[in-house]
Amino acid sequence: MTTLALAVRPLEFYVAQYRRVWRGTAISSVVTPVIFLLAFGFGLGELVDRSTTLPDGITYLEFVAPGLLAATAMQLASFEASWPVLSAIKWSRQYHAMLATPLRIGDVLLGHQAFIAGRMLMTATVYLAAIAAFGAVNSPLGVLAIPVTVLVGIAFAAPIAAWAAYTENEASFVAIFRFLILPMFLFSGTFVPLETLPEGLQIVAYVLPLWHGVDLCRQLTLGDVDASSAAIHLGYLFAFTAAGLAAAYYSYRRRLVV
Amino acid sequence: MAANGGQPLIHARGLVKRFGELAAVDSVDFDLERGEAFGFLGPNGAGKTSTMRMIGCVSPVTDGTLRVFGLDPAKDGVKIRGRLGVVPQEDSLDMELTVRENIIVYGRYFGLSRSVLRSRADELLDFVELTDRAKDRVEPLSGGMKRRLTIARSLVNEPEVLLLDEPTTGLDPQARHVVWDRLYRLKRQGVTLLLTTHYMDEAEQLCDRLVVMDKGKIVAEGSPRDLIERYSTREVVELRFGDGRPEDFSYWTDGLVSRVEPLPDRVLLYTNEGDAAAHGIHERGLVPESVLVRRSTLEDVFLHLTGRTLIE
Repeated sequence: MTTLALAVRPLEFYVAQYRRVWRGTAISSVVTPVIFLLAFGFGLGELVDRSTTLPDGITYLEFVAPGLLAATAMQLASFEASWPVLSAIKWSRQYHAMLATPLRIGDVLLGHQAFIAGRMLMTATVYLAAIAAFGAVNSPLGVLAIPVTVLVGIAFAAPIAAWAAYTENEASFVAIFRFLILPMFLFSGTFVPLETLPEGLQIVAYVLPLWHGVDLCRQLTLGDVDASSAAIHLGYLFAFTAAGLAAAYYSYRRRLVV
Repeated sequence: MAANGGQPLIHARGLVKRFGELAAVDSVDFDLERGEAFGFLGPNGAGKTSTMRMIGCVSPVTDGTLRVFGLDPAKDGVKIRGRLGVVPQEDSLDMELTVRENIIVYGRYFGLSRSVLRSRADELLDFVELTDRAKDRVEPLSGGMKRRLTIARSLVNEPEVLLLDEPTTGLDPQARHVVWDRLYRLKRQGVTLLLTTHYMDEAEQLCDRLVVMDKGKIVAEGSPRDLIERYSTREVVELRFGDGRPEDFSYWTDGLVSRVEPLPDRVLLYTNEGDAAAHGIHERGLVPESVLVRRSTLEDVFLHLTGRTLIE
């Protein structure tokens, strides 16, 4: 059987587990970004809307909402691929239980990533409905921001799972969140247009995946899609995801098949 | 047997597992027949778990031949794993799920349908006496209950061989007996058992045949009774001393026992007539703090073969 078909089986475990714990995670994955949105969109937005750096006719709320969507996906997916992956290897040992059955490394990896993708899908849908209710979605194309958000999530979840399966030490996750995820959250065009940042930071943002997700989501919710840059964003995110999954597969094998 | 074309269920020749320079399993040969309860007895680090992991197709063979159901783990790991049940040394239950969900989710890994799993979960929970805990979360269960659940879960695919890696390590004596009882029932139902243990009483209770492993090698093979007859005497006299334990026992024991084994905490005298030997040394004037005459066990076999005790 193909790996995709077998990966459904571990996915069922994560769904069963999620049904037990979803209340706690629902708060962190939906309520937190909405609070951010209210604070930045309405509070700070009042000030910013009087400035001139935003594109013509766009309110700050409309600007920041899609950025927060992509940035939240990054944070959430990164978290889901860090401690839970190391735990499934080291503490709760679920991966070992799965690998004693007909499931293979690729099934175990894809099953877990599929669960994270499902979480992204749920979060993105609820979040998009929320910002639409605030009037921050200008185009029906905005619906496409949902699959883009899922892609952004996996673009982060895959390489972080690769690291989690490599490391012996959970302390490194704190460093990743502090020195990679948080700066990306702040400096990837999420809160201010990238053009307003110093040139050096702009180049860093181009190289890292989050800006591509932010800009693509923004193009879609504003209904102002530039085909060539959108294609570059998508291509970049797909390539980053593919490389991340390959790295994770290699890392899982190295750690679990000994 | 016929279904396997006359081959043993598991067949190993010159089987090796190396981690870097260390040979955890150093060229072992064994065969497992259908319906047997076969054990690997040895201390921690003897290579038992590494052997089990190779059989379970989760650890690649470094060298030698291994066939499970006549198949090669390197090529047919998926098929083999589908026919095995595995009870790992460390529990890997899903703590957030209920007892019953644990069995159903695990059964899904084998591709079994939910309707089959619903009835099978009930049967298995009944078998391990956890029916009244079916809807409880796993986390607060006792160690013995978790072990029973792990066993129930490992049976969900109706395996032909059940691999048990130290099935009762860490359990209290009562919980151990419950586990042994269930495993004994499985054996009577015709399930082939392959287990590792460092408890000689467990090996004696459960195994028809066993190999004694030490430092990656098999040092003896046979039924528990065979091994005791071959490598030990019928009885053992255990002497314990307070102060004044003699350095050399030959004056007191010559002609009375066949072998003397001085251990740090006690001295073992191997003889077929324990009471007579105990009486004899007393007559020659040796007065230990305590004297115990007992039947010989696999521990004595292991001690004789390796010069060390099983649990250090």
